Amino acid sequence: MRILNLLKIAYKAIVLNKVRTLLTMLGIIIGVASVIAMLAIGEGSKESIRSTISSMGSNMITIRPGTDDRGPARGSGGDVQTLTLKNYDVIKEKSTLLSYITPVVNGGGQVISGANNWPSTIYGVNPQYLDIKVVGLQSGSMFTDAEVKSASKVVVLGQTVVDNVFPDGQDPVGQMIRFDNIPFKVIGVLEEKGENTFGQDQDDVVIAPYTTVQKRILAIDYLNQIMASAVSEDDAPDAVIEVSDILRSEHKLMDNEDDDFSVRSMEELISTFSSTSEMLTVLLVAVASISLLIGGIGIMNIMYVSVKERTKEIGLRMAVGGKGSDILMQFLIEAVLISITGGIIGVILGLGATVFIEKFLHWPTSVAMYSIIISFAVCAVTGIFFGWYPARKASALDPITALRYE
Amino acid sequence: MSKEIIKIQDLKREFTMGNETVHALRGISFTIKEGEFVTIMGSSGSGKSTMLNILGCLDQPTSGTYEIDGVSMKDLSRNQLATIRNEKIGFIFQSYNLLARTSAIENVELPLLYNSAVSNEERRERAIHALQMVGLGERLFHTPSQLSGGQQQRVAIARSLVNNPVMILADEATGNLDTRTSYEIMSLFQDLNSQGITITFVTHEPDIATFSNRTIVLKDGNIIQDYKNNNIQSAAAELAKLPQQDH
Repeated sequence: MRILNLLKIAYKAIVLNKVRTLLTMLGIIIGVASVIAMLAIGEGSKESIRSTISSMGSNMITIRPGTDDRGPARGSGGDVQTLTLKNYDVIKEKSTLLSYITPVVNGGGQVISGANNWPSTIYGVNPQYLDIKVVGLQSGSMFTDAEVKSASKVVVLGQTVVDNVFPDGQDPVGQMIRFDNIPFKVIGVLEEKGENTFGQDQDDVVIAPYTTVQKRILAIDYLNQIMASAVSEDDAPDAVIEVSDILRSEHKLMDNEDDDFSVRSMEELISTFSSTSEMLTVLLVAVASISLLIGGIGIMNIMYVSVKERTKEIGLRMAVGGKGSDILMQFLIEAVLISITGGIIGVILGLGATVFIEKFLHWPTSVAMYSIIISFAVCAVTGIFFGWYPARKASALDPITALRYE
Repeated sequence: MSKEIIKIQDLKREFTMGNETVHALRGISFTIKEGEFVTIMGSSGSGKSTMLNILGCLDQPTSGTYEIDGVSMKDLSRNQLATIRNEKIGFIFQSYNLLARTSAIENVELPLLYNSAVSNEERRERAIHALQMVGLGERLFHTPSQLSGGQQQRVAIARSLVNNPVMILADEATGNLDTRTSYEIMSLFQDLNSQGITITFVTHEPDIATFSNRTIVLKDGNIIQDYKNNNIQSAAAELAKLPQQDH
């Protein structure tokens, strides 16, 4: 029997039972739509994390002091003062895989200009900071190495700080501000970067020479962290190892001692966040898959009822020459047709839901082609798997019994 | 001498019901020649239905031989039997067995769907032709619910003709119809028979036998009578004798 004829028969059977077929499809539709939407949300958040981290400088490496585990109570990272300027100098001198490096000291405080003030964080760095963070200047200029050396009282402001401290729209470059009551001259404004995925405002910063911040604001001689940039993204993992080795020998750590610092590349950060969102995606998809499974069982149920209901028809088809395989194919194709049609509607609905989520909930989404292909494949397999048993039952009927069935 | 369509020799069929063996047919022999109109009669329990199932290639005998159009039924698989049913036999049932909510023409096309040698165009043409033969050329796209019982049975007859079978096998084909419609249907059978189509009609109504040219009577699994009918009644004439229907 030609496959086209079988398709025609199956199509007729479906059309003759529109409402029932639609209800049967519902499980598949909801299942597929939720799989598509969930995967889109998962992919979207993963992509947005990746792009945020890339915009922060994808070959960036951060070196922080380790946690203090010498006392009875463990402190948080950065409590200890194991990172020094000397460490910075040695890393800068010895490392071969770093293109830029800067010491970082930071502290919070109030930025004041005239009658306006704004709480912000001051970062003490050297001029290479801009290259590491991949950020440019909107106006003015960055401070120089000479200004770092002389601990000049100059700052570069982020846009958020400018907006709040100079609300009248005047050019901040050349103006004086005070940070913790110490006067600074504004020499430049950073490019706007906006919020990152974690909701942090990347423009709410004040940049100053690290020497100035260390001596005049924080009055410390250690560093909060060291930031560096690997020669390339591919070199980042090797650079992490290289920096670790330099620091271990510098800190005179024994082989059996743990690092008293941590070196992280952005790649690690990406994979940390990705694995979190990946786990979430897996959970979401698992929930959606259960709905797909229930949809499949729905198909099996309705096909089973359909076979019972059409026993006489099956008997007739056999009497006029339908072979067991023809009957099997007829019901199998019907089941697959139902599941695939449900799949198509589900994909459309899922895409619609994705657009809705993006537009109204402002969640980042990204529809992966593979999710659509997988959904279709799963639908076809569901149809065959759950359609097989009822179809098999139909094809094994005895034509005499089937014809007499009431 | 005309061709032998059916050749049955010492046919036995036994069923095992628990510990008991039921002898439905106990060694039956007969032949049906091309162009005959045979009624197989018998009360219930006579083996009539078993005979019908075997004649229709729906069931196989326990022993003995059955040949249809020169093909022996012995040791054929389920699929081979299906092919024989498709190519050589036209079934007509008491309850018409039409597919509901399916047009007359699609019902008639059904057997040809299972014959891959027939193209879509040919299938449609043959279905239209068959429906014209039974006088339903104007009702091709009516569904069973839009047709009367007699018309539904005509659709079923068209369906049995569409594959050009060597024999039409009717099972109580007039059982669900009133007298007038029965006569109309019998008249149609007689017309078809006069065009050379072989018909085997299984029934328990004696008056149906008067329209055929041969009667085989079964009782307890044996043939007790097999006679030629020398006084064939015309169903059309009988129909004319009935009182006029009220309008």
